[in-house]
Order: sequence, then C-alpha cells, then structure tokens
Amino acid sequence: MRLIADLFLVVGAAFTLFGAIGLIRMPDVYNRIQAGTKAVTLGSLCLLIGIALLYPAWWSKLLVIGVLILITNPLGSSTIARALLKAGVKPWSKASVSQAGEADR
Amino acid sequence: MTTKSIQRPEPGFVHGLFLYLLVFALWMLLVGNLDTAEMAAGAVVALIVTLASRPHLSILTGLIISPAALLPLLRYLGTFIVALVQANLDMARRVLSPSLPLQPAVVEVETKLKSPLGRLILANSITLTPGTLTVDVQDQVLLVHWVDCPPGSDLASTTQAITSKFEQHLKGFVL
Repeated sequence: MRLIADLFLVVGAAFTLFGAIGLIRMPDVYNRIQAGTKAVTLGSLCLLIGIALLYPAWWSKLLVIGVLILITNPLGSSTIARALLKAGVKPWSKASVSQAGEADR
Repeated sequence: MTTKSIQRPEPGFVHGLFLYLLVFALWMLLVGNLDTAEMAAGAVVALIVTLASRPHLSILTGLIISPAALLPLLRYLGTFIVALVQANLDMARRVLSPSLPLQPAVVEVETKLKSPLGRLILANSITLTPGTLTVDVQDQVLLVHWVDCPPGSDLASTTQAITSKFEQHLKGFVL
C-alpha cells in the first residue's frame, strides 16, 4: 500500500513539474494555459489519491477537494482565455511567425 | 438564437430536492462521521442553503433527473477520465520534446446541447481533454483553442474530433 501511495505521489509531482516546464516553454499565453491546466489538474488528483492511500480516514475531504478542483480548474482557465481573447490577444501560430519573419527559435 | 431565447423552464420541486441532497451529501463528506447531531445540523443547513439559492436554481433545469440518466453519467465519467489521462500524456510529450510540436489555431465547434448546464459541462470537458481549451461559448458555437489543429479543418471535422465523444454521453443526462 505504501509503495502504491508513493507511486501516485511521485506521478502527481511529475505531472505538476511538466506543467511548470510547459509554462516556460510554450510560445504564447493560450498554450501556457493549456499546459498549466491539464498537467496541474491530473497532478493534483494523483497527489490526492496518494494522500488518500496513506491516510484512508481523510477520504471524504479529499474527495470533496478533488471534485472542486475538477470543476473549478477548467472554468478558471476558460475564463482567463476568454478575457484574453476579448482583450485582443492574438493566438500564436507558426504561419504568422514565418510571415512576420521573426522565427527566432 | 440569442441567449435570452434559451428555454428555461421553471425549476420544480425535484430540482430543489436534488440540490438539497447534494448540499447534504457535501456536508456529510466534510463532517466525515455519521453522528446524529451532525446529521441534524446538516439537514437544517442544507435546507437554508437550498432556500437561499432558489433564484439560481434554474441552472439545474438542464439536468435529466431519472434512473435512466445514471448509465450515460457513468459512461461520461469513464470517457472523461480516459481523456484526462490522455491529455496529460499528450501535453507531457509536447512539452518535453525538443522541437515543441505545435500547430495551434482557434477553431469553432458546434454543440447540440440546449441547456446552459450542458454547455458548461461540455466546455469544461473540452478544456481538460487533449490539446483543446474552450475560449468562449456563443449560443451553440464554442470557440476552442486547439494545440494541434490539422490543416484544412472545417466546422464539421472539428466538431467530430472535439465534441462528439462527450456529447453522445452528455445528452443522456443533460438537455
């Protein structure tokens, strides 16, 4: 049991790390939101499962936390993305970069 | 079709009862034991919360409350969890590969779901699945930012690729 719990904790931490790397590497804010949202959502869920295996008495509170994360996380990301689009932030694309001649990667 | 014209039937007793049971279940989960005093307090608090949120109850009218809705709900949850794990593996692969394979574009997809609640759940699901992020919802059209948009996509093909797998289960329990 201890081993499975540790496995979930490590996987959760790894996905959160990928999310952080994604924040640095992605070319524009929309892609950053994507990397951040997805990786951190599953990362936190894995962490919660790991904790639930270590401390089974906490399962009910962890379940509530997990469901709230699942509902609010994508909602927040969508709202931020919507605000950005309304504010006129253009999504990055390969075509527009090559047209402008600014391919600096 | 404007937002105003979305049909919003009056929430009935069954929607109130649904919310009451939901709040009560949340209370019991947070309390974490089956103490009689706690249950009594939970029953009172859930009643107060339900009455206080009556003006917002109409969001629940999109829900199909019947035993037949249970199977689509479970199927949807299964599809959703698989898609969530796929989304993360996909994103991890993109983030870690040196060439950063991206073809991002903002595309439109169409939904057949009528109720605000149904569209909310669909938009949330799209955000958490491989490479897609819902940017805006305008009536039956969802604006989606897609990390890996195949060239030459049109409304039909994007709808097929992004929404159909959720919608076929969602329409079983939301309008």
